[in-house]
Amino acid sequence: MSNDAFKDAETLVEMKGIWMEGRSDEDWHPIINGVDLTLRKGEVLGLIGESGAGKSTLGLASMGFCRDGVRISKGSVMFDGIDLLAASSEEKRQLLGKRIAYVAQSAAASFNPAHRLIDQHTEAPIQHGVMSKDESEADGMELYRKLRLPNPDEIGFRYPHQVSGGQLQRAMTAMAMACRPDLIIFDEPTTALDVTTQIEVLASIREIVEEFDTAAIYITHDLAVVAQMADTIKVLLKGDEVEEAETREMLSHPTQDYTKSLWAVREFQRPQKPAVITGSTPVISVKNVTAAYGKIDVLHDVSFDIHEGRTVAVVGESGSGKSTTARCITGLLPPRIGSIELDGNPLPLDYRKRDRSQLQKIQMIYQMADTALNPRQTVGDIIGRPVEFYTGLTGKARRKRVEELMDQIELPASQFIDRLPSEMSGGQKQRVGIARSLAAEPEFIICDEVTSALDQLVAEGILRLLADLQDKLNLSYMFITHDLATVKSIADEVVVMKDGDVIEQGPKTEMFTPPHHAYTDLLLSSVPEMDPDWLTNLLKERGVDNIGDAAVGKIT
Amino acid sequence: MNSVLKIIAQRLALGLLTLFIVSIVIFAAVNLLPGDFAQAILGQGATPEAVEAIRTDLGLDQHPVKRYMQWLGGALQGDLGNSFAQANFASFVGDDSGVRTSVAQQIAPRFANTMFLAGVTAAIAVPFAVTLGILAALYRNSVFDRATNILTLSSISSPEFFLAYVLILFLAVLNPWLPSLSNIYDGMAFSERLEKTLLPALTLTLVVTAHMMRMTRAAIINLLASPYIEMARLKGINPMRVIVRHALPNALAPIINVIALNLAYLITGVVVVEVVFVYPGIGQLFVDSVKIRDIPVVQACCLIFAAAYILLNLTADILSIVSNPRLRHPK
Repeated sequence: MSNDAFKDAETLVEMKGIWMEGRSDEDWHPIINGVDLTLRKGEVLGLIGESGAGKSTLGLASMGFCRDGVRISKGSVMFDGIDLLAASSEEKRQLLGKRIAYVAQSAAASFNPAHRLIDQHTEAPIQHGVMSKDESEADGMELYRKLRLPNPDEIGFRYPHQVSGGQLQRAMTAMAMACRPDLIIFDEPTTALDVTTQIEVLASIREIVEEFDTAAIYITHDLAVVAQMADTIKVLLKGDEVEEAETREMLSHPTQDYTKSLWAVREFQRPQKPAVITGSTPVISVKNVTAAYGKIDVLHDVSFDIHEGRTVAVVGESGSGKSTTARCITGLLPPRIGSIELDGNPLPLDYRKRDRSQLQKIQMIYQMADTALNPRQTVGDIIGRPVEFYTGLTGKARRKRVEELMDQIELPASQFIDRLPSEMSGGQKQRVGIARSLAAEPEFIICDEVTSALDQLVAEGILRLLADLQDKLNLSYMFITHDLATVKSIADEVVVMKDGDVIEQGPKTEMFTPPHHAYTDLLLSSVPEMDPDWLTNLLKERGVDNIGDAAVGKIT
Repeated sequence: MNSVLKIIAQRLALGLLTLFIVSIVIFAAVNLLPGDFAQAILGQGATPEAVEAIRTDLGLDQHPVKRYMQWLGGALQGDLGNSFAQANFASFVGDDSGVRTSVAQQIAPRFANTMFLAGVTAAIAVPFAVTLGILAALYRNSVFDRATNILTLSSISSPEFFLAYVLILFLAVLNPWLPSLSNIYDGMAFSERLEKTLLPALTLTLVVTAHMMRMTRAAIINLLASPYIEMARLKGINPMRVIVRHALPNALAPIINVIALNLAYLITGVVVVEVVFVYPGIGQLFVDSVKIRDIPVVQACCLIFAAAYILLNLTADILSIVSNPRLRHPK
């Protein structure tokens, strides 16, 4: 498909010179600076950009909707000849849900916890007088079947908390389809999902959008995802349009530097280090660990070693036990069976029984720098506290050490030492988190999804920093992640986990070359690639029943 | 649901313990007050002999710990003892008929009246407050919202007797629609009883509405930023339905808790309103009994008050749990 395919189609949405502002305290500051957007009937437009680019804000504006504290200051939004900005809220209500529908990022948060799925599904058709309750229920089940939800006749009678994330996301797509709208806004619908689940949702969304010839705006920060879904791609940067082009054109010949830099992100790859000498003592050795929350075992006989100066990536989907393993190593969750060894010596299982030097050698960096840093302490205090606690430095010596550490994380102390976390960007906060763990002068650092909350360019910077620090300080990392691209770029060895078991482990080069364990293979094949035909080919190759949860279920 | 039963059992056991502790505290507190029943009832004409005689009659000359144990022993068997004030004293009247009005007999009709008043008030105030709260949330920051807030806050800030007299002035004196005295007696027809109770009930409604209305409003507004509310709006659902169907069911827990606290207040704290309307409730009896140190009655009243708090809070907690679909429909 090319843009030409839609040239003759009627224009559905026409946004002209849109300027939007958001309020913080008493001031209005710009979010969108004069963006135009045209969408024809049946066309899927991909809106991509990093966080803060204004893609969700623009997506909602195309529905004539602004969140609280946001306003459209200039411009016009026409939907099928109706001026949405001039329309009364009553007129807009008649369109929303009926002709324009919305699929939110987190289906778990966007379904009302108090009502059954089917009741929420039928609400819009009933309220808009499109269908009766019975008709809409029957239609809902039909849509559930089309979207390949398990037990389509029964699943609607469940409450949102009784249904898994990927299923909820598909149920939400079905709900958006309930009145057969002309336009659906998909706002990062797969961002919160695991890769194997994501692929299933992508496939069903694409299929149903094609079947009903619905126009869509697909908002995401993931280029590979948008390449599968969109006919046209528009790139946004801090509220400005960077460029817009037909998908294949955009992927093969991006014209703007920013777009090229986005495309280049995934190319950072550190060479794998040579294999360790056999018989050397690992820094951390996890030995036959079985651990339980309450009475239910969540880890089963997990064993792996992490050697000096090496990075072991622990990969798996949510609920696979990656973070639980980290909790066992740090002593937050004493294992039921098994032991943890540090430099060949067994560690007390409970962190309260470990002495200071044992605690010092194992440090952690967290996923959400936002919540892991005390919002009321300055950077100097956040880093200074472990310096004082573990090394006993005070006063000027402590300050000097803090400055050294800030130098290592490439944040100039003169500029940042007195800042609060709220005065820094996500990537800068994560760097402070790294400095805090380095302050203890550890041998081993657990990195728990440290890049998954960050934009790709920023995440890459963090990965490079971690790699440099490893070489300089001879650190060992346990790198917990669900993102295989991250694994490819930084790991020496890989441990694949599923449902609390280690499925496969070995050096990275081996893990990324066939033959794989069936589950590893599924994980690898589910990562979207920057090729617009990737999903089509994969579905052709594997068939719709051999992707996602259905395929996971077949692996025993 | 088993977990709910377990919670009920645990809370009831804790409740019994609370009642036990309350009874000790009250008994000790009344004993700490200067004077005792004999002195209070005899007043200024008390002779040491008369005081002594009454004390012996009632056992007040015994050690407080022993008296408490005797009371506790009786209470555990369901006998709350006899009211001092209702006793005929041999030393007083010359002959003891042996007939004693028990505390239970004395409190029962009063308690029933109090429950009736609380019930009527709740039936008016709860729907009124919740509806006002919903409307205030729907038209938040509008003139209606502000006016509602100002009125309910003024009514809760005014002394109860003042509100009572204002209502009497407008509803009984200037427009003689309702009786200003609530003389309730046994065997009254329900409608007549209701009519006589209406004015005190309206006064109390003014007192308790503000809390419940403001909590309803706040709990709903708190949810309006959630993604599922945004979703409902983006489905083109009308604003009233968004609030009643999408926000309210998820805001029930805090609202229920505030309702329970206010109902407990209606049972235990309405003595001023009872006095103004001469309503024969338990509050007046309680105050009179404290005045004359009538320990058995004071004890019984306090146990009833404490039990009301415990049971209402328990009910609120159970309802909060049941209002959560995650607990009602486990995975």
